[in-house]
Amino acid sequence: MILPVSKNAALLALVALICVAILGLVNQLAQPRIAEQQLKNKLAILNDVLPQNRASESVLADCILVTNEALLGRATPQPIYRLREDEDISAYVIETTAPDGYSGNIDLIVAVTPDGTILGSRVLNHQETPGLGDKIERRRSDWIDSFQGKQVSPDNKSRWAVKKDGGQFDQFTGATITPRAVVNAVYNAGLLVLKQPDLASRPANCGAIQ
Amino acid sequence: MTDNPNSIRELAVQGLWRNNPGLVQLLGLCPLLAVTGTVTNALGLGLATLLVLLGSNIVVSMVRSVVPAEIRIPVFVLIIASFVTVVQLLMNAFTFGLYQSLGIFIPLIVTNCAIIGRAEAFASKNAVLPSAIDALMMGLGFMLVLVALGAMREILGQGTLFDGADLLLGDWAAVLRIELFQLDTQFLLAILPPGAFIGMGLLIALKNLIDARLQQRQQQAASITRARVTAQ
Repeated sequence: MILPVSKNAALLALVALICVAILGLVNQLAQPRIAEQQLKNKLAILNDVLPQNRASESVLADCILVTNEALLGRATPQPIYRLREDEDISAYVIETTAPDGYSGNIDLIVAVTPDGTILGSRVLNHQETPGLGDKIERRRSDWIDSFQGKQVSPDNKSRWAVKKDGGQFDQFTGATITPRAVVNAVYNAGLLVLKQPDLASRPANCGAIQ
Repeated sequence: MTDNPNSIRELAVQGLWRNNPGLVQLLGLCPLLAVTGTVTNALGLGLATLLVLLGSNIVVSMVRSVVPAEIRIPVFVLIIASFVTVVQLLMNAFTFGLYQSLGIFIPLIVTNCAIIGRAEAFASKNAVLPSAIDALMMGLGFMLVLVALGAMREILGQGTLFDGADLLLGDWAAVLRIELFQLDTQFLLAILPPGAFIGMGLLIALKNLIDARLQQRQQQAASITRARVTAQ
């Protein structure tokens, strides 16, 4: 005898099965396109921080995972992409985090030459106050470009600060904590490159992620 | 009102005005308040919700005689969740920028009570065609409220309209962006969530005001006809 309960259960399972089948199919169809979009998005970001649109898929593939909470702001591994000219590395593109934003983490991407010159930087993700702290976004203001061409070295930490703290970078009206956090994070990313020359020789190891 | 409750006209009046999911039923407030910072975001989420609502209403109406009453709610939830995931995958594939700026609010369409509300209250009791029309009207009603609120907040907050429309509609749409006036400092309240609450309150108040006016006029019209009758 089939109880009404088991009949209902079977029906429910059937509906779930049909839904899963449909979703699997749509996922299968959309996946290549989604992967392509994500790749395009990633390349566009890399090209934003590298001069002359030099990013390509080979840069994305030449990537190492580095964990350094003191300098990169996260206890989890973050990718560093390496741009090569012939065999020598001409720039590192570092994903880093400013852990001391006004409201939570600010995720950044910074391009640095091996001698510590900043090529460019962009904010990937943040929750700073709209209208005040969000001037770190390139589409709100060109403040983030002020890092371009600036040199990082272990003994010029005092120059890497907002003007209010005696440094060389503008703060925003009504928001000092946000730019202060970003300046620090960019400086630390440069410092990482200077302190760890072995970044160049490590084998690429972030194929699994992306 | 002797109108057939399932006539297109009646369904439109219900969905767009008298029983508007945003202004009257106050369903789906979370996305309504959270993503209406710009017209583009509002339109994007409105369209996504409309699609999900249309799909779920049609399917629910088709299976209404097969699904026993005891398990109808889980079945409806499954159907709605599937449609939301499909829409999410498609948005991820074809409108990547918008997908990123709407973020968590696309999967959250599942929890928009307006959708399960229509499935339960209308689609599970009516044929496919009226259910589809009902979904279309309710979805449009919801989208119009989203867009009105988005326009209000975007104009007050940034002085623009259709900022970032190219994320939704493709590169050609960048020309839609209208700069109404240049703001040195943005009007923060309009952009932040409290601005959404206040704007929403104003919209509801406006709707109630219009309703009150209409009713008053109707009463006046009624009393005038009666006066004429007694005079004869």
